[in-house]
Amino acid sequence: MTRTAKFRVWRGDANDGALKDYNIEVNEGEVVLDVIHRLQATQTPDLAVRWNCKAGKCGSCSAEINGRPRLMCMTRMNTFTDEETITVTPLRAFPVIRDLVTDVSFNYKKALEVPAFSGPANLKPGEYRMEQIDVERSQEFRKCIECFLCQDTCHVIRDHEENKEAFAGPRFFIRLAELDMHPLDTLDRKRAAQEKHGLGMCNITKCCTEVCPEHIRITDNAIIPMKERVVDVKYDPARWLGSKIRRREGL
Amino acid sequence: MGMLMSGTITTPGRAKIAARHLRTDKWWVQPLITVAVLVSFIIYSTWRAFENAHYFVEPYISPFYSPCLATSCVEGASGFGQPFGSWWVLSPSLLILVFPLGFRMTCYYYRKAYYRAFWQSPPACAVAEPHKTYTGETRQPLILQNAHRWFFYAGLIFNVILSYDAILAFKNAEGQWGHMQVGTLVLLANATFLWLYSLSCHTCRHTIGGRLKHFSKHPVRYKLWTKISELNHHHPKFAWISLIGVALADFYIRSVSTGFITDLTIF
Ligand code: SF4
Ligand code: SF4
Ligand code: FES
Ligand code: FES
Repeated sequence: MTRTAKFRVWRGDANDGALKDYNIEVNEGEVVLDVIHRLQATQTPDLAVRWNCKAGKCGSCSAEINGRPRLMCMTRMNTFTDEETITVTPLRAFPVIRDLVTDVSFNYKKALEVPAFSGPANLKPGEYRMEQIDVERSQEFRKCIECFLCQDTCHVIRDHEENKEAFAGPRFFIRLAELDMHPLDTLDRKRAAQEKHGLGMCNITKCCTEVCPEHIRITDNAIIPMKERVVDVKYDPARWLGSKIRRREGL
Repeated sequence: MGMLMSGTITTPGRAKIAARHLRTDKWWVQPLITVAVLVSFIIYSTWRAFENAHYFVEPYISPFYSPCLATSCVEGASGFGQPFGSWWVLSPSLLILVFPLGFRMTCYYYRKAYYRAFWQSPPACAVAEPHKTYTGETRQPLILQNAHRWFFYAGLIFNVILSYDAILAFKNAEGQWGHMQVGTLVLLANATFLWLYSLSCHTCRHTIGGRLKHFSKHPVRYKLWTKISELNHHHPKFAWISLIGVALADFYIRSVSTGFITDLTIF
């Protein structure tokens, strides 16, 4: 069944732009990205849009659909009514390049600030041995497709540009959690999370979890456990004393 | 001014969109419900804490007044003694309420709920907050949220006491054991919900096993951690049920005490 849908798409660049209205044909079973592609093919050949896999796996097609950070390729048209006008804008937390394409390099910069896995000095790569249940817990975090929807929705930087300096964002909190929970990682990720990556700025309001297309339970399984680990080493006098006496921290 | 109030969602270089948000769904319903429930609870519990009456009727004590630690407590209500003696002249409820209050105020879930609903930070996802600056939980007073675990431990003590109160409810109004009234069920349900709330707590999950780096070296704690993690999934639900439960339990006891309702005997 073919119908005509009402779309409002943001067109513009870093200097200026506006929402433009279009009527576009929609077929059974299509997703928002299909419609954007049809728009590009039939009405606006210069519309800039970033995409790659069309399967929710590359993380390229992030945008905001009716004001909610979503993957365009995973947002089905049948979730909207026929009368509804569907608004599509670029991610609003990052600088726009053109139309639906934003500059997400903030995230690459933040990625570089997290030191890579660092194994025990006495083991060479290839000699690492660990048990399945010890690595299992952080597997969830490796599902991340780096769509940066969580980073985009996080109010800490979305609503406060000035916080970008100090705040790594939810995507990198799951990275820090993954490393801190890794049985062989040796760096102090807890103190780093709080002192260098701005974990304390997160107020656990869970928007990152709400938008993650991989359904990673970012807040419950990474951020809150990291906050608790930070308390262990920084804000819990009893544990601090215990660690001095027993000389063990990581367990 | 409108721009200024909407934080930096309009920062130069970002897509130029003046609207604070473009959501079309009813994102304001959730925060509204949160405000309604929490404000009702605060009003009710404040009134009850200051009322200083109708909190004990054999064999029940209201969860708002247990343990009752001052000499001014009504006869029979102080199963744990009256260490505060007679110098405490205000309602004995005020001696203890700070603990459950602190526990809930610092709870990770309630933090989410009230930061969103009351502080509007953010009111909903991708809806710009009204504050010009934001530092999260990095400084006073919010850095004190890190004390949640101490309130968690205190909460456990209260759970034990309130469970004991539920056991005492297997007496009848004449003090004989082996009976059950509707009030017994009310106190049992209240204690159960409070345990579920505490056991599903994020700090509990962390303490039981979450803090470990090597699950394989701690098989028992690992097993417990997987169980607590399942409960933890439902923590928000338990937070609301136990909150409403405690108020209803108090209201039931008040109603029996004032004669507003009769406590039906089951056996
Ligand atoms: S839970 Fe924390 S990191 Fe996630 S969106 Fe909210 S403030 Fe940002
Ligand atoms: S954590 Fe989820 S929302 Fe964030 S970048 Fe990864 S996949 Fe995207
Ligand atoms: S195109 Fe790859 S995630 Fe949408
Ligand atoms: S009681 Fe809610 S997280 Fe601890």
